[in-house]
Amino acid sequence: MQKQEDQDWDLVIKGRSSLFDLRLGELWNYRDLLVMFVKRDFVSFYKQTILGPLWFFIQPIFTTIVFSFVFGNLAGISTDGAPKYLFYLTGITSWAYFSDCLTKTSTVFKDNASIFGKVYFPRLIMPLSIVVSNLVRFGVQLSLLLCMMTYFYIFPMKGSSFHVTSALVLFPFLVILMALLGLGLGLIITAMTTKYRDLTFLVTFGVQLLMYATPVIYPLSYAREKGYATLVELNPMTGIIETFRYAFIGTGEFNLLSLGYSALITLLILVIGVIIFNKTEKNFVDTI
Amino acid sequence: MTPVIKVENISKAYQIGQIGTGTLSRDVDRFWKTKILGKEDPFLKIGETNDRSIKGESDIVWSLKDINFDINQGDAVGIIGKNGAGKSTLLKLLSRVTSPTTGSIKVKGRIASLLEVGTGFHPELSGRENIYLNGAILGMRKKEITRKLDEIIDFSGVERYIDTPVKRYSSGMYVRLAFAVAAHLESEILIVDEVLAVGDAEFQKKCLGKMGDISKGEGRTVLFVSHNMAAVKSLCNKGIVLENGKVLFSGTTDDAITHYLQGDMINQRLIDIKQRSGNRKVIFKSVKVYGKDETLNPVTGDKMTLEFEIENPLNLSSSDVRFDMRIDDNFGQRLAWVSTSLKDNVVILNTNKIIVYFDKNPFERGVFFVTVYLGVNNEDSDLIENAFSFVVEEGNYFKIGSKVPEGQSKLLIDFNIKYQ
Repeated sequence: MQKQEDQDWDLVIKGRSSLFDLRLGELWNYRDLLVMFVKRDFVSFYKQTILGPLWFFIQPIFTTIVFSFVFGNLAGISTDGAPKYLFYLTGITSWAYFSDCLTKTSTVFKDNASIFGKVYFPRLIMPLSIVVSNLVRFGVQLSLLLCMMTYFYIFPMKGSSFHVTSALVLFPFLVILMALLGLGLGLIITAMTTKYRDLTFLVTFGVQLLMYATPVIYPLSYAREKGYATLVELNPMTGIIETFRYAFIGTGEFNLLSLGYSALITLLILVIGVIIFNKTEKNFVDTI
Repeated sequence: MTPVIKVENISKAYQIGQIGTGTLSRDVDRFWKTKILGKEDPFLKIGETNDRSIKGESDIVWSLKDINFDINQGDAVGIIGKNGAGKSTLLKLLSRVTSPTTGSIKVKGRIASLLEVGTGFHPELSGRENIYLNGAILGMRKKEITRKLDEIIDFSGVERYIDTPVKRYSSGMYVRLAFAVAAHLESEILIVDEVLAVGDAEFQKKCLGKMGDISKGEGRTVLFVSHNMAAVKSLCNKGIVLENGKVLFSGTTDDAITHYLQGDMINQRLIDIKQRSGNRKVIFKSVKVYGKDETLNPVTGDKMTLEFEIENPLNLSSSDVRFDMRIDDNFGQRLAWVSTSLKDNVVILNTNKIIVYFDKNPFERGVFFVTVYLGVNNEDSDLIENAFSFVVEEGNYFKIGSKVPEGQSKLLIDFNIKYQ
């Protein structure tokens, strides 16, 4: 009898619940909210700026120029025969997406404490909306890459060549991997920062340092030459970025094993991240 | 009647004081004791009742402790209690902003909570865009909002500015728009914190009216937290009184309000109030407000007495001490001023008591706030703004059972009238 009665309730609010009760169905009900958040992020980004969405281009262009000069010309790190600008731009575009996803989701609880403290919606919507908003930005920057590729195709640079490979079919998969890896790591960090603020400081420079452990400014072959390949290969982003670069400009290593390793680690981190996040969201308002 | 909300043994513990250094070591300690050694959680054992004024031993307090109640469909329930009684915590639990330490809450239907108006409003977005954003945050689907858009804009009364970024809005317009969105939520259960304390009187009335429609007309359940007893009374048919994290009373609104105020009446200690000014030569200790006799609440038209106990260590005589008292309504409108300086035949029971009485209580039913003052030889001795409040119950002022229509007047006067 008691049991029968219990089944009539639409919602039971309890202190503790199963670790794996992720309520993904609820997430689907709030999909409109996700769209609204993405729209908000996009519109508010360029409101009251003169250049508007152009800012999406300016950052990668300048970073590419500086990287080409510092690492390409001054340090003389090889680009495996690819045009320097394309080499750095592919690295920067994909790395920027990953690092944006990571750094932005890692402060979700802190940044949205005021909203989260006043109204309930599945908290996971917020980090997801960040990943999707960044996707818009990534798309815009990708178009920059395509423009550059067209330019270098028509006016090839001396001594360097590039070609698009069939690995391009993996492109959606690569984007999803980058998004989920950034998201998963971000979720873990944001959940921990509700109690231990120290991590916030770690993230900002940690991501910067991590970039140097990823073949963004150098090809994997260069790391191998210098004997640091194992260290770099342990990084799950390595497989993704190498494949990305191979797909677009034909340099780098395309290795299914390394990509599979990245996918596995991503999945693992994502699952841990979502579980920790869900556990934290219930009470974080009390500690933040 | 079937319950739509069933609250069972809900408790919520909070850590007070600094959370910072030591959290990691305490977490490790706690993890070790509970998970590895299988002992009782030390975190929960040392909790104590949440009484703000008493210095506690531990830094864990129970904001709510073993709360139980049911709410039926279509009820409008007022949750009342003093500051720190646990009202907001209860609302937070019900709206799932945070989760209970123990116990469970069972709910039938969709809950929409309004702990604040305009949550998530983005200053750069236009009014229209913010309606969609805020609506989605509150749990509405996009097509639901589109369907109600005209109604929402109409209710808010800011149609002219609807495509202007909300950062250009006046604060009043902002609140109007935000409330308009919330008022059109299609949820079975609506939880409202004291958000009505905003906007002008006309808009407040509109909001109260809208909330009344929601509970009475549409058969939805409303939970309403407020300090405004008049609003609670006009809006709710049930009341729950919280005190120090426990349910003190649950029943009809009138009884709940009486209970809440009676709790006050027994213990209207003025001596504990910190916000006061003056040289403190004589100070207020406590006050008792009562009607016909000491056990009855004040009633319109009957005798009403306010009995102040004062501390007079210097044994000053009544000729040296001046007493003033101002009575305001719940909107802070000044209604009456009483002072020993206006009279020459002040009755003194003894030097430690001041008794003010009205033979015919002129205040219409509602809540009144009192500011009190003591002066000694033209110097301020003790001034307490809004020191306490009292409630006047409906009575028979004109002796023939006639009544002034609600909201027409706060003060009643005897008068003569004739046709000629």
